Amino acid sequence: MSADVAVVGFAQSPCRVREDATTSGVEMLVPIFAEVFRACGLTRRDIGFWCSGSSDYLAGRAFSFVSAVDAIGAVPPAMESHVEMDAAWALYEAWAKVLTGEAEIALAYGFGKSSGAELRRVLALQLDPYLVAPLWPDSVSVAALQARLGLEAGRWTEKDMAEVAARSRAEARSNPDAQVSGSVTAAELLARPYVAEPLRAHDCAPVGDGAAVVIIASAARARELCERPAWISGFAHQVDSGSLGARDLLAVPSAAGAAAAAGAGPVELAELHAPFSHQELLLREALGLGEGVAVNPSGGALCGNPMFAAGLARIGLAARAVMSGRASRALGHATSGPALQQNLVCVLSGEAS
Amino acid sequence: MSQPLAESAPLRAPLEIEFDYTRSLGPVLSQFMAALAERRILGARGADGRVHAPPFEYDPVSAEPPAELVPVGPEGTVVSWSWMPDPLVGQPLAEPFAWALIRLDGADTAMLHAVDAGSAAAMRTGLRVRPRWAARPAGGIRDIACFEPCDGPAGAAEAPAQDTLPAQDIGAERTPGMTIAPVRLRYLHTASPGESAYLRGLAAGRLLGQRCGVCGQVYVPTRGTCPADGVTMTEEVELPETGTVTTFCIVNVGYPGQRVTPPYVAAAVLLDGADIAFQHLVLGCDASEVRMGLRVRAVWGETGGISHFTPTGEPDALYETYARSL
Repeated sequence: MSADVAVVGFAQSPCRVREDATTSGVEMLVPIFAEVFRACGLTRRDIGFWCSGSSDYLAGRAFSFVSAVDAIGAVPPAMESHVEMDAAWALYEAWAKVLTGEAEIALAYGFGKSSGAELRRVLALQLDPYLVAPLWPDSVSVAALQARLGLEAGRWTEKDMAEVAARSRAEARSNPDAQVSGSVTAAELLARPYVAEPLRAHDCAPVGDGAAVVIIASAARARELCERPAWISGFAHQVDSGSLGARDLLAVPSAAGAAAAAGAGPVELAELHAPFSHQELLLREALGLGEGVAVNPSGGALCGNPMFAAGLARIGLAARAVMSGRASRALGHATSGPALQQNLVCVLSGEAS
Repeated sequence: MSQPLAESAPLRAPLEIEFDYTRSLGPVLSQFMAALAERRILGARGADGRVHAPPFEYDPVSAEPPAELVPVGPEGTVVSWSWMPDPLVGQPLAEPFAWALIRLDGADTAMLHAVDAGSAAAMRTGLRVRPRWAARPAGGIRDIACFEPCDGPAGAAEAPAQDTLPAQDIGAERTPGMTIAPVRLRYLHTASPGESAYLRGLAAGRLLGQRCGVCGQVYVPTRGTCPADGVTMTEEVELPETGTVTTFCIVNVGYPGQRVTPPYVAAAVLLDGADIAFQHLVLGCDASEVRMGLRVRAVWGETGGISHFTPTGEPDALYETYARSL
């Protein structure tokens, strides 16, 4: 049943600090909607269901996602929904809508303008509101606690982490949407200061603004919209305990569980949503990705992490690899919450089931 | 129409928002917070025998409420730590400090809190720490101000005598069963190009709108993108300062920060030549005199922008002239 739905289109805005963009995302969304509609030969009226991912805390205003509806054009009225999470979860809702036959073509989009806020501080608000959030632990510091556990357990070294960053930046040189790219060695990166010991700047995703959009369609429509649709062969998400001190931060059971539930199996390419360098190492292991798998050929979230869009973009990029024929089976991953608490896996295949 | 670059750049301004969440604690956390006020720390024993500190509300294994809350700590051992060289607003310490996962003596899980270690060189995994209590308990996790290094060995039979708090201070600033979590967030807010043009127009005493190239509707304020068609609007339209009340309500309720004394009227005003009404105040007449179709004119404030609208005295507009904009 899963392969009845395929990704047929993807677009993303370049991840940048956008001084011209509002927190409603409209200025970033209008051009990428136009781009994806052009590629698929669709108009907005062909979309049976829209679902977005964004955050009011990041936007600094209530119901900010309602302002974003300007970009979709809601006359006549559109069937629309929203998740206060990365839009990968909006895509999951859209997928369910198509599977149940309520829509033939659905569009998921995510947007975030992090540069206008104090991102690492805003993200403290996703922590336990009684026992943790009142201390305002920022997202970088929390990730650093996880990184140190791995360092002291011998799971990785600071050099391993720097090598993830160096490889990601090298890959990102061919990705015009990346915010950070370039040729740099791990040794050069290790000479730079800590921002939250044991994390250095290269271990942390840059703060940038961006948006992404993915269109999916039922089997009946997918082939007419896309020469080689990326069939969704599995799609699942799971969550670990919200108590940072009560879960094993060096295991990511929700990622492994989501991959198993999605029937991930062997893939040629994986786009992992790892906003911190050590998290790529954790995810490779949790998802069982061997040496032969091309991981984050886009440069990954370490080279551009538009909040609430970056996870959706991982799925879009994995789908693009299938649609272009570069891969026959690819995996897109998204994360949400502190220290990889919640994980989503979408498996894409060139072959319908 | 070309404008100097500086004039066409979007307007930006700092924005600070504040809101306090008042939260009910429930049975488990009420006991936990009440104990903190007495400078004691409680954990919860799970179905598997492990002690969680801070306590869970529902057992992650059995999903049952905790059978018992047990004293833990107050000393503990650092399990992991990171260094915060530039503390952010609201964090426990203003000087550089460590975030740490701390396993309190007698507990099997760790608590996230701050350690006032002075320098990163003084921090290490395995470091023994003890709580530094807030001077006056407020009924929240911040009744532990932070932790600080201490010399006590792990699992010492008797923790150093708990600090005692004068009885009259216990609960002085607390509401049992409740906790208040203040939120203060800062942004550099950017207005859209459309909003910026409108605001610049207001400052110059002009009312600017935009016409959609697809549906032809005129929107005021300018908003950049047609919400009906999802396309960027580029045609600017200057509108007169007269219009029609399409609908309204009489505000009878007072609230903090209110600038007009109730009763007063908030109305949807359709400017002449616009297709979409916008909300504004209608003053200068008794609230009971405001009606659908009332003709109004903008009254400009002394610092730029429209203060409110007021009746023009013209005959009312016919319903047909504004029905489609309701």
